[in-house]
Amino acid sequence: MSEKRATREAYGATLIELANEGVPVVAVDADLSGSTTTAKFGAAYPDRLINVGIAEQNMIGTAAGLAVEGKVAFTGSFAVFATGRAYDQIRNTVCYSNLDVKVAPTHSGITVGPDGGSHQMLEDIALMRVLPGMRVLVPADAVAARGAIRVAATTPGPFYIRLGRAAVPVIYDDDYTFELGRARVLREGSHVTLAACGVMVEQALAAAGQLELEGINAEVIDVSTIKPFDTATLVASALKTGVVVTCEEHSIIGGLGSAVAEALGEHAPVPLARVGVRDVFGTSGEPAELMEHFGLTGADIAEAARAVIGRR
Amino acid sequence: MTDAGRIAAIEAKAARMRYDIVEMIAEAGSGHPGGSLSAADIVATLYFDVLRHDPTRPDWPERDRFVLSKGHAAPVLYAALAEAGYFGRDHLVTLRKLGSILQGHPDCLKCSGVEVSTGSLGQGLAIANGMALALKLDENPARVFCLLGDGELQEGEVWEAAMFAPHHGLGNVTAIVDHNGLQIDGACDEVMCLGGVAEKFAAFGWEVRETSGHDVEGLLDALTEPPADPAVPVAIIAYTVKGKGVSFMEGDAGWHGKAPSAEQTAAALAELGSLLDAAMTTMTEGGAR
Repeated sequence: MSEKRATREAYGATLIELANEGVPVVAVDADLSGSTTTAKFGAAYPDRLINVGIAEQNMIGTAAGLAVEGKVAFTGSFAVFATGRAYDQIRNTVCYSNLDVKVAPTHSGITVGPDGGSHQMLEDIALMRVLPGMRVLVPADAVAARGAIRVAATTPGPFYIRLGRAAVPVIYDDDYTFELGRARVLREGSHVTLAACGVMVEQALAAAGQLELEGINAEVIDVSTIKPFDTATLVASALKTGVVVTCEEHSIIGGLGSAVAEALGEHAPVPLARVGVRDVFGTSGEPAELMEHFGLTGADIAEAARAVIGRR
Repeated sequence: MTDAGRIAAIEAKAARMRYDIVEMIAEAGSGHPGGSLSAADIVATLYFDVLRHDPTRPDWPERDRFVLSKGHAAPVLYAALAEAGYFGRDHLVTLRKLGSILQGHPDCLKCSGVEVSTGSLGQGLAIANGMALALKLDENPARVFCLLGDGELQEGEVWEAAMFAPHHGLGNVTAIVDHNGLQIDGACDEVMCLGGVAEKFAAFGWEVRETSGHDVEGLLDALTEPPADPAVPVAIIAYTVKGKGVSFMEGDAGWHGKAPSAEQTAAALAELGSLLDAAMTTMTEGGAR
């Protein structure tokens, strides 16, 4: 687990792969093709990367038109602009017409770092999750990101893929395949379930390591698909361990924690703790500092696990 | 067909569509007559002359595309699609009713002939551009026509898209502005001044044409004349009268989004019926007036 790569690094490279295979992918970016890495795709397929300038609404609208004509249109920009700035375009044009637009921005969450709260998107999972027809993927590493992009490209209809800026450890082997709608148990345990997504999978695994030293056996689940949600896997784990901690680099409102709470509330009400950003905006700082500042480290997850076990 | 005959045929279609528009909105009990009636001649000219399309093959790859950016004018589109044969005329009375293919705003998943769902203003031109770009990538000669309202031009995305089309050389896009001068709250220039719409599109790099939106001959010229530079998109500013064809609706912003009462419907249909009869007579006589 020594190699580190940002999930965004998979973006341009995977689009090239898909185009080479004959998938009619195009990318529409908004003056951030270097940051999102769609520029790499543009270098290989110049006609198929369309830069709209700093105009995210137009980015989504143009992608929608391309999709109407049979293209598989990926869009870029940063998560905060690609979702919030263009929300109505995503709702009323992409989702309402059920178009093959894959909203895959980078720079989600606080690990954006020094750019600060204006650029750290913490509400995107919530915004995208409520849209009818939208599938929401949050890959944990660059390997899963490649898999998520491939699944989105080859499955009809709208997708949201949450990519990040910061380099994170590679968790998965190259033979990994992304399964839409399936949460993956990375480590089996019997005392507490740690359900995580994105960069928080690494932190959950670290928490499980810490807890093991105390004799607490944690089950770690990578919930890489937030929607459609894998209720069966989460409920089975909750019934086994009896307590659940959710871990996300996102607001605790509306994201993974909410999705888990909804599923457990209906099917397996057990004590639940949500580790995430607690209804505040982000702030400037280095990613590692911010993870500590907002209480998103492995140690924070372990602490939440101990507390929730006490509520059993 | 003589030019007069060609024009008379389109005018007869427009007259039929106006009658259908008022009838279906009255039956629905709600809807947007003003902007549907103002656009009737434009949409009739497109569907019954300019567009290369085949109602029996709505997914024919080389068809010309039409995007109704001002989606609230859905009745004018439905009237044209029904008249063209995309679906039966019996659907018109189901407008806005539960289970209808004719939603309050166009829904491409429900209604044959609707290329993309619209209704949230300001989005159609960007979509049209994306479609045109895809057609270029595929070396498909089809064209894309996008009808915008003038109030809609207050949306910022329109100008993002207006900047985009000339930059990407989208000569296969034609934007048409139904410039009736009115929006829900009153005159566009009082609600939020549009300034010179023609000058604005020209400044963004479009080849701009101005015509009366009720003069079929002028519309035909504007819609069919190729641009001087094939890589430059054409913007047609079509000056229209909101509510055109119904005397008490003309030029009254109050008719933007409400259905006529039973008495008003009878009066409107009497007027439109006379216009339709006259248009049919003119058409039968080959356009002589």
